[in-house]
Amino acid sequence: MKTKSFNGKALITENILIIIVLAMVIVVSILKPNFLTMNNFSNISVNTAIRFIIALGISGCLITRGNDLSAGRTVGLAGCIAGTLLQKPDYGDRFFPNLPELPIILVLLIVIVVCSIFGLINGCVISFWQVPPFIATLGMQTIVYGICLVYTKSLPLGGYRRDYTAIASGKFLGIPYLFFIAFFIGLFMWFLYNKTRHGKYMYAIGGNESAAEVSGINVAKTKIRIYMLASSLFAIAGFLLGAKAGGATTGLGLSYELEAIAECTIGGVSTNGGVGKVSGILIGVLVFELLKSSMQFLRIDTSWQYIVQGAVIIIAVALDLRKYLAKK
Amino acid sequence: MENLGVHNCTPKFIERKVTSMSEYMLEMRGISKSFPGVKALDDVTIKVRPGTVHALMGENGAGKSTLMKCLFGIYKMDAGEVIFQGEKVEIVNADDALHKGIAMVHQELQPIPERSIAENIFCGRYPTKSFGPLKVIDHKRMYEEAASLLKEVRMEYDPKAKLGTLSISQMQSVEIAKAVSMDAKVVIMDEPTSSLTDNEVEALFIIIDDLKKKGVSIIYISHKMDEILRISDDVSIMRDGQYVGTWEAKELTTDMIIAKMVGRELTNIYPPRDDIEPGEVLLEVKGLTSILPDSFKDIDLTLRRGEILGLGGLVGAQRTELMEAIFGIRHCSKGEIYYKGEKLQIKRPKDAISHNIGLITEDRRGTGIFGVLSIADNVSISSLDKYVDLGIVLNDKKIEELVRNNVSKLSIKTPSSKTLIQSLSGGNQQKVIISRWLANDPDILIMDEPTRGIDVGAKYEIYQIMIELAKQGKAIVMISSEMAELIGMSDRIVVMCNGRVTGEVSGEEATQEKIMQFATKFN
Repeated sequence: MKTKSFNGKALITENILIIIVLAMVIVVSILKPNFLTMNNFSNISVNTAIRFIIALGISGCLITRGNDLSAGRTVGLAGCIAGTLLQKPDYGDRFFPNLPELPIILVLLIVIVVCSIFGLINGCVISFWQVPPFIATLGMQTIVYGICLVYTKSLPLGGYRRDYTAIASGKFLGIPYLFFIAFFIGLFMWFLYNKTRHGKYMYAIGGNESAAEVSGINVAKTKIRIYMLASSLFAIAGFLLGAKAGGATTGLGLSYELEAIAECTIGGVSTNGGVGKVSGILIGVLVFELLKSSMQFLRIDTSWQYIVQGAVIIIAVALDLRKYLAKK
Repeated sequence: MENLGVHNCTPKFIERKVTSMSEYMLEMRGISKSFPGVKALDDVTIKVRPGTVHALMGENGAGKSTLMKCLFGIYKMDAGEVIFQGEKVEIVNADDALHKGIAMVHQELQPIPERSIAENIFCGRYPTKSFGPLKVIDHKRMYEEAASLLKEVRMEYDPKAKLGTLSISQMQSVEIAKAVSMDAKVVIMDEPTSSLTDNEVEALFIIIDDLKKKGVSIIYISHKMDEILRISDDVSIMRDGQYVGTWEAKELTTDMIIAKMVGRELTNIYPPRDDIEPGEVLLEVKGLTSILPDSFKDIDLTLRRGEILGLGGLVGAQRTELMEAIFGIRHCSKGEIYYKGEKLQIKRPKDAISHNIGLITEDRRGTGIFGVLSIADNVSISSLDKYVDLGIVLNDKKIEELVRNNVSKLSIKTPSSKTLIQSLSGGNQQKVIISRWLANDPDILIMDEPTRGIDVGAKYEIYQIMIELAKQGKAIVMISSEMAELIGMSDRIVVMCNGRVTGEVSGEEATQEKIMQFATKFN
């Protein structure tokens, strides 16, 4: 009995952020009836879809006690590259005036390959040079941003082909395509994390890196794969984000990594490593998107929204660490 | 205090009554300390006279470090008291001890290599001067005082030099200078000579002599018999957490000390085993030398099918380092490793594993278990390659079967295979790790302190598993600091000291005294 009641209390403290946000959602839906409309939910689901893909990418890094601070800028670069390659042939301000109409899937592949190179570099720097992931990817963040500025000459992009923007705006049975895309990526990641050696090795490295090495796991190789996969997912997210926005600037994706880290942590991915589920990450992203949406509905000034989001990130990580300390 | 066995002369401090307040500089009376499942210290009493070197001796795990940690407030003692300069004192941490006048000189004693010698000496209590309303550090005075302190320990060194540029022995001298500057009355030296050259040892002894003349007491922890007999005045011996006695050093000989250190009765707690004739040579190590100068050197070893090879020695004998090098965790500058006559290139654990070598590490928490993962994951993690379908999908059913088999075969007590390993007892965790290696079916299993921190029942079960494996034709190397375990389990015992193999005895001929003689053969 005694332990039961203690666990109940722990359950509340550990999930306090989720509980607060849900309470907030209830309050907002009572105050603002517009909140509970199909339109708003569709909007939230589209936002959630893209953020979910980014959070999934960063989760592998977090589970192995790493990080990828270059996430947001990689998303931005991906969006810009896709934008330059998928403009309407008759658009006046075309980035490559004489570019033929490329198949969309080819552009997606190009974006993924380019971005995964940055992931490869991150992984190698972290594994072989033993640079702390925080520093390695912080440096990469600036590098990627610089490359994006050089590549786009800081020009804003627009005039996207309709078949590109349709990926974001299109619906099947009233459900946005993006929802399906995110769903399948989520499924793929669940499979990867739970049914393959890569997933098991990832959790093992996060749980105890020295023990993983002693158990014969190729830690370097696994980490490089994780960082490459992360960058590839950021690339897909950037590609989709461009389609959704119908245009891109070099500012695209700014500080998305912070939100992704917060979402993962709210969803139970421990920054102490070895712990984290795809389903939890989905919950974390949903909670965060609901929080943002509720704040918009309450007409909280955007400047204040930043302050709240920042506080949520810190509290989420603090709660996670508290969990770990309590266990010790 | 019963069953002490070998007592040739009576411990002299037991009868001697305390006549005056100042007869002893430091007394630790009736100290007891228990950890879950172990009584680490049982009513230990030591009394240190002023201006003497008091050697504290005992095997690995005899309780010397625990006693010192209790003195420094790092552990809270369950019972007992500390009398320092005639007064009962309560010491809460190492810093408090230092301020009271008890200092410890230890090789790994948190020096800051990137700062100057003087700053290291005065860290946290820099001499200051007023600068307007501010108090600033008086560098001039700090360097002057540091220079004179260094002179006291016969070290003419620039106090502005970075500590990191000094040798270990010089750093020790700096630590001693720091102790002197704090006006320490008791200085504890834990294995101070373990990495010093002969000349450096002589220099240290001169400093110790100087300190004695000042009335400072020195508690000297070492395994080196000749040193102890040469410099100490009194020798206290501990065994299995108990105080054996204190003698004047001049009454003692090396053999007497060894006899007192190991003089316990060996009870038969080892499973019976049939005599198996060892088979072909599985592993051969030739001239293996670490890349680190203070580690193992020129090691030759052979290991045969069906044998349990015990690897004995004191802490610091580099046994773990040697085994980790064979397994690819550490690097060697020269030497060869042969498996069934084939020369191996082992750069990382994976290479060793692919040549059927397994290693159960000493530090179960640090390099063994994946605490946040389930038992199933912990068992299967290094043999997943065997359970893959279609080149990618893990076969959960087969993995579950593997885990279930091991859980029942090794009788691992757990509610389910999904339970997190961190919630199991030490013995069950160890069995999970043994399962991990059995799943790989290695020919050679290296077990580093396989029963450390494990209760008696689980120990016996682990011994049974080891014997069973040997019967199946596997070769086992067991590092153990428990004499009884070494003698009880091994077919053959190789003893190391200071990075070298110093002796070998067969299991039948092995005695505690013989092993201890090899283990303390420093030259």
